[in-house]
Amino acid sequence: MFEFTGRLKTLSIVLILIGAVSVGLSFFAGSSSHSDDGHAEHTEHAAHGEEHGHGEDNHHGGHVPDADEYSYHKTASRAIPENNHKYQGEGHHDEEHAHHQMENKPWANLLVNNFFFLAISLGALFFLAVQYAAQAGWTVVILRVLEAMSQFLWLPMLILLLIVLAGVGHFGGNHIWHWMAEGIMDPESANYDSIIAGKQAYLNGPFFIIRTLVYFIGWVGAAMLLRKLSKKNDMTGVDYAKNWVKTRNLSAGFLVFFAVTSSTSAWDFIMSIDTHWFSTLFGWYVFAGMFVSALTVLMLIVLYLKSKGYLEQVNKSHIQDMAKFMFAFSIFWTYLWFSQYMLIWYSNIPEEVTYYMIRFREYKGLFITMLAMNFLFPVLVLMSRDSKRNFGFILVAGITMIIGHWLDVYIMIYPGSVGVNWSIGLINIGTFLGFAGLFIFVVFRSLAKAPLMPENHPMYIESKYHHI
Amino acid sequence: MHYEAPIRKPLIEGDKSYHDITVEVAKPVETSAPKSWWLVFSIALVAFLWGVGCILYTIGVGIGTWGLNKTVGWAWDITNFVWWVGIGHAGTLISAVLLLFRQKWRMSINRSAEAMTIFSVIQAALFPGIHMGRIWMAYFVLPIPNQFGSLWVNFNSPLLWDVFAISTYFSVSVVFWYVGLIPDFAMIRDRAVKPVQKHIYKILSFGWGGKAKHWQRFEEVSLVLAGLATPLVLSVHTIVSMDFATSVIPGWHTTIFPPYFVAGAIFSGFAMVQTLLIIVRKVFKMEQYITIQHIEMMNIIIMLTGSIVGIAYITELFIAWYSGVEYEQYAFLNRATGPYWWAYWSMMTCNVFSPQFMWFKKLRTSIIFTFIISIVVNIGMWFERFVIIVTSLHRDYLPSSWSMFSPTFVDIGIFIGTIGFFFVLFLLYARTFPVIAQAELKTILKSSGDNYKKLQAKEEHGH
Repeated sequence: MFEFTGRLKTLSIVLILIGAVSVGLSFFAGSSSHSDDGHAEHTEHAAHGEEHGHGEDNHHGGHVPDADEYSYHKTASRAIPENNHKYQGEGHHDEEHAHHQMENKPWANLLVNNFFFLAISLGALFFLAVQYAAQAGWTVVILRVLEAMSQFLWLPMLILLLIVLAGVGHFGGNHIWHWMAEGIMDPESANYDSIIAGKQAYLNGPFFIIRTLVYFIGWVGAAMLLRKLSKKNDMTGVDYAKNWVKTRNLSAGFLVFFAVTSSTSAWDFIMSIDTHWFSTLFGWYVFAGMFVSALTVLMLIVLYLKSKGYLEQVNKSHIQDMAKFMFAFSIFWTYLWFSQYMLIWYSNIPEEVTYYMIRFREYKGLFITMLAMNFLFPVLVLMSRDSKRNFGFILVAGITMIIGHWLDVYIMIYPGSVGVNWSIGLINIGTFLGFAGLFIFVVFRSLAKAPLMPENHPMYIESKYHHI
Repeated sequence: MHYEAPIRKPLIEGDKSYHDITVEVAKPVETSAPKSWWLVFSIALVAFLWGVGCILYTIGVGIGTWGLNKTVGWAWDITNFVWWVGIGHAGTLISAVLLLFRQKWRMSINRSAEAMTIFSVIQAALFPGIHMGRIWMAYFVLPIPNQFGSLWVNFNSPLLWDVFAISTYFSVSVVFWYVGLIPDFAMIRDRAVKPVQKHIYKILSFGWGGKAKHWQRFEEVSLVLAGLATPLVLSVHTIVSMDFATSVIPGWHTTIFPPYFVAGAIFSGFAMVQTLLIIVRKVFKMEQYITIQHIEMMNIIIMLTGSIVGIAYITELFIAWYSGVEYEQYAFLNRATGPYWWAYWSMMTCNVFSPQFMWFKKLRTSIIFTFIISIVVNIGMWFERFVIIVTSLHRDYLPSSWSMFSPTFVDIGIFIGTIGFFFVLFLLYARTFPVIAQAELKTILKSSGDNYKKLQAKEEHGH
């Protein structure tokens, strides 16, 4: 049995406190800058309000759509500042956007970190289900780690639900999802955007909340049920083979649900931030990043436990196989990244290419660094057999990939919500650490609740003698 | 030490020894062909010759003999090309990806699946060749220095990438297949009694002696080739999909195409492997090597890839609506409800609905049902390419140039000809090559053979 005590527990609590302070500070800083900027904005609003006869609480300010405005919405992403300059003579809309973007910063920071850790947990749940559905034998000795990782899922799901509710309720300056802006689907409104209005059947508050709840129930429910069935292996008087078949069926069912919801959730929480933009591959791309992150964190947890003298049944062959997965799925992630990027770049049509234009202009350094970290590093560091068995090499590749995939989530969320006003600083790092603390706390606590080896799993002995 | 959980079912049924495997795999090569073989071979040969005639007619008269028109400039030619390339994918997946995933059940089916890969890539390669019109200029697709000034291929064109992807794929597949065949050819050589036969297999087996060093090199080469072939499983159909997706034609330009084409290719490839192996195991009495479990596993892969393809169809449909782009929306509306609705719904029925039957264990372990579904899937996958290609083209941005496509007898003849050619090659292979990788299969006899598994269970209970 693993015991969750001492330094690790203290560390996780310290990290959670750092996270709480960071999130608190980010909102505090956001609201203070809100009132500062808000002052200037306020007078401007009032001035325009007089000019156009609009109320100052009108979300997008007093701007009457004209032919130019239409073509702006039709052909270009709102995320390109140049387009704003080009099509809005008054410069008012611009400041409104900038204001929203500043208000979005703490929310975007929260969403990036929350989604990243949600993805790790969900990726682990997916991998766990695959082990049963594919009748894999070699992974039995690490199943308990995967289960523990999947037990974290409810927490980021709950926070995500709160972020969604804040967005739908226009609470706390949450404008991350542009389609939630007031009047944007109302032809009478100054904010009207015909393209976004066309998506109303899918992108609307109630349906969005319902979908979030469906994901919540489906994913967290599957994680809990799989854990429950696995714990039967620790009891006596159970037909273990029958229990295994039952787990297999449940896993297959979950995988079907996941196949659909992994895509739709990626459209919901991330793709709809850049509301005009669309890409059929997007869901699978997000899934690939999620899976690689989960595999990497799995590896790091296993290495940590081994360094503390646990998991002695996990031998070098297991480690090499896990590293192979990190290596292979890094390439798979790159494959999907390339497929999406290359096809959009090659076709160069305005409704799609704007997505990468802002990322390549305003986020260039991050964008290229992220690619190098997620592709070059794992490929070069983990290619040889020896390095896949060397803890030092794996650690270097693993930490790089974690940061790289965090950056990937950042680059998916920030350009559409914060635009050119992005920054990476102590607040982001602190929030990351806070979520890491929560993750460690929940995952290791649930690791301590059951034996690390499901010794009555029908394939346990096969896994113990795994040798390649 | 390799230990296999007792819960796993045996992969070799019956009370087999190493010698039994040798004898039973060599039997079709050593005996003369039955009448039924000659009958099927003759039909395939006639179809093939008919196809050759149509190809010669096309080359002699020109592409005008096909049903193409100025709006639909690509139709059956590219449909058939993509269909055949797709079928090839299962062989590489079985031999390379399943090797890396250490799926032992691949061993009884990889040889024939790889043969199928090679033969179907040959069919696929025919189509771009004859589509050129002037086939004697075919070497122009290669970036070779030439005497015509600075006349180079267009490196920006996905069609050129296709040339590279498919020729690489073909070469690696052939080498992979051949390396695996060497010990098996040696086995036939050692058993051969007729001098001519012995001599031929002697040349083919490259002086294989079965020494430890030979085996060590054999395994190393297999692993390296598997590593090389795995990205090829993805890259070939990815690049085929880019023939369409790099364009700005609604219905063609969509980012999901690369992985979705790969899934579709594996889907159709496994269906073709099922079609072929269900016949092979019956005719050659190899039911104990290609067991119901093998068929079940392949059916699960068909179900999985069919569902992935189904999700991709629905994603495309949804995003077309979601995009708000009028042309994109119309392209999909036209697919489902336009004049080619029957092709779209054939595709949906065959590819998305029919594999869902495989959720039922009773159905996925039924040989007749599997055989029917495998053919249904291949029809569906042909329709998928037809739907993507023809329905996206026939109503373009200009309503004044909208038109329909109908194939001529030449289009149909060439397609039937390639089916004939494929079966001619496969039937010749089945009588001269060991259809099961017996050397590899012997390595799992003691861990996955029925008799040995029973022995193991007995020992464990004894303790």
